[in-house]
Amino acid sequence: MMERNVVEKKTDKQTVGVLEVIEPGLHTTVQDLGRHGYQKYGIGPSGVMDDYAFQLANILVGNEREEAGLEITMIGPSLRVLQDTVIAITGASLSPSLDRQPLPMWTSVYVKKGQEIRFGKPQSGVRAYLAVAGGIQVPEVMGSKSTNVKSRFGGLDGRALAAKDILPSMPMAKESVRLRKGKRLPRKMVPVCGQEASVRVLAGPQEGLFTAESVSAFYSTGFQISPQSDRMGYRLTGEKKLELRDNTEMITDAVATGAIQVPGNGEPILLMADRQTSGGYPKIANVISADLWKVAQRLPGQTIRFEKVTLAEAHEELREREQCLRQLQLAVRLLSRAPSLFPYEKFN
Amino acid sequence: MWNFQVSPLGDQGIRIEFANIISPKVNKKVHQFVDVLEQKAPQGIVEIVPAYSTVTVCYQPLVIGYEQLVALLEEQLQQLSATAASQQTRKLTLPVFYGGESGPDLDFVAGYNGLSREEVVSRHTSRDYLAYMIGFTPGFPYLGGMDETIAVPRRSSPRKQIRAGSVGIAGSQTGIYSVASPAGWQIIGHTPVPLFDPYAENPVLIQAGDTIRFHEVSRPEYEEICSAVMEKQYILGIDYF
Repeated sequence: MMERNVVEKKTDKQTVGVLEVIEPGLHTTVQDLGRHGYQKYGIGPSGVMDDYAFQLANILVGNEREEAGLEITMIGPSLRVLQDTVIAITGASLSPSLDRQPLPMWTSVYVKKGQEIRFGKPQSGVRAYLAVAGGIQVPEVMGSKSTNVKSRFGGLDGRALAAKDILPSMPMAKESVRLRKGKRLPRKMVPVCGQEASVRVLAGPQEGLFTAESVSAFYSTGFQISPQSDRMGYRLTGEKKLELRDNTEMITDAVATGAIQVPGNGEPILLMADRQTSGGYPKIANVISADLWKVAQRLPGQTIRFEKVTLAEAHEELREREQCLRQLQLAVRLLSRAPSLFPYEKFN
Repeated sequence: MWNFQVSPLGDQGIRIEFANIISPKVNKKVHQFVDVLEQKAPQGIVEIVPAYSTVTVCYQPLVIGYEQLVALLEEQLQQLSATAASQQTRKLTLPVFYGGESGPDLDFVAGYNGLSREEVVSRHTSRDYLAYMIGFTPGFPYLGGMDETIAVPRRSSPRKQIRAGSVGIAGSQTGIYSVASPAGWQIIGHTPVPLFDPYAENPVLIQAGDTIRFHEVSRPEYEEICSAVMEKQYILGIDYF
């Protein structure tokens, strides 16, 4: 029996408006680490494109890593602060400012009621993340606050931000806000967004359907990111069309984020966060999870190159990254509890 | 003993293929395996995605390793193929209003196959369809089992937007659009029953493995169902067999 009761989970916690949208920017959405467990219903994961920069932003403001924040694309929004809080901006360098003064990135910054956060010229990378202490508290839909723009649900009414939107968060005690500010990411941990052209992949389940020449061309030549690239996928153009051994049609099966599928025209499509759950095109390779952020930060017109690694290497990369994030989270928590015991200089 | 092939799908997925064909028999294995896995999922599994002839298991590599999980899955598969338990199937009968503005291509489908409109509707409503899998858009069922005598090519120019619930034919496939979208299928009717509601407890109506049947309704019946759906008073009966 299909229950039609609305289970849009209103957070039982009391929320308050923390940011007001003056201008929304090109494409700013509420995202978290994604919606998992619904692919069997045809519902894809969505969530942030650069999960590394996003988690760092949350850690810096003292949040759990999966709290929802803003994903900002190329042209950032203008936001008015509605209550004193702490924010951190990570990811692409989109020239953020606070009341027209440059706003440091990869740092948790105290912002006061009435101040304005703006973005300017894109310097490098594509997607910036803005985390706010307490997270963006929109209702969860199917276990996630991520916006699925195509199917129009999640986030803020299932759409990108618009002028006059109010973003809700948790009310913060003054003391808590004060303790969360001034955490800066050690320089060596700051990823350089948008510069990395080399992306590591695993062989796809249908690699064997491609001609040996096509597989070899896939790994030896670069691919240009087409302007028709978005959160669903990146269309790639190579020097040669990728060809199949014969014309056998593939049976539709499940796809993964980072899957590189090749339709009949021989031009690969790299599937990203807002992807579908299934596909009927052969998959030549799959970007490893630890390198998806590199793809997320590459611009149309730029190239990417693929390098094959083993599954063990892919998992080792994930493990190292996880360790790094955990250590940082621990350090930030210790600093926030007893700042006098761990002077910021020593941590850095 | 079931044959199957196991391979990685990226670094967080395991793809298990039972055969490289579309058949109800193979698809049944898919759903039997999914049922077993859902009842007794090893730790570290995030989700299980059935398709025509494959099951994809998404896992957290930092909780369970690939080799370890593959060994567990193979063990479960061997047990399953030894017992091959029969499983319950759900059958859903969807009310459809055929033709008119709800089915602008019904006449084309009839003309293309040299049949009357009534004959197309009768052939479309006289078969049980298997929902092999859900994909493409939220809640969209890949249905199999259509009568080949009402097959028709896709539209040469797709419609920009059709509403959710539109029932169409493309080649020898029939389907129901679960959300409003551009459509290249020939649209022959409309069901008022929502297939996808992100805010409902069960967000999708049709699940992989379900049996679907279409039932022709008259305009007054159709309108009655439409308003019941609007008032959230409509409950579709589901048979279990």
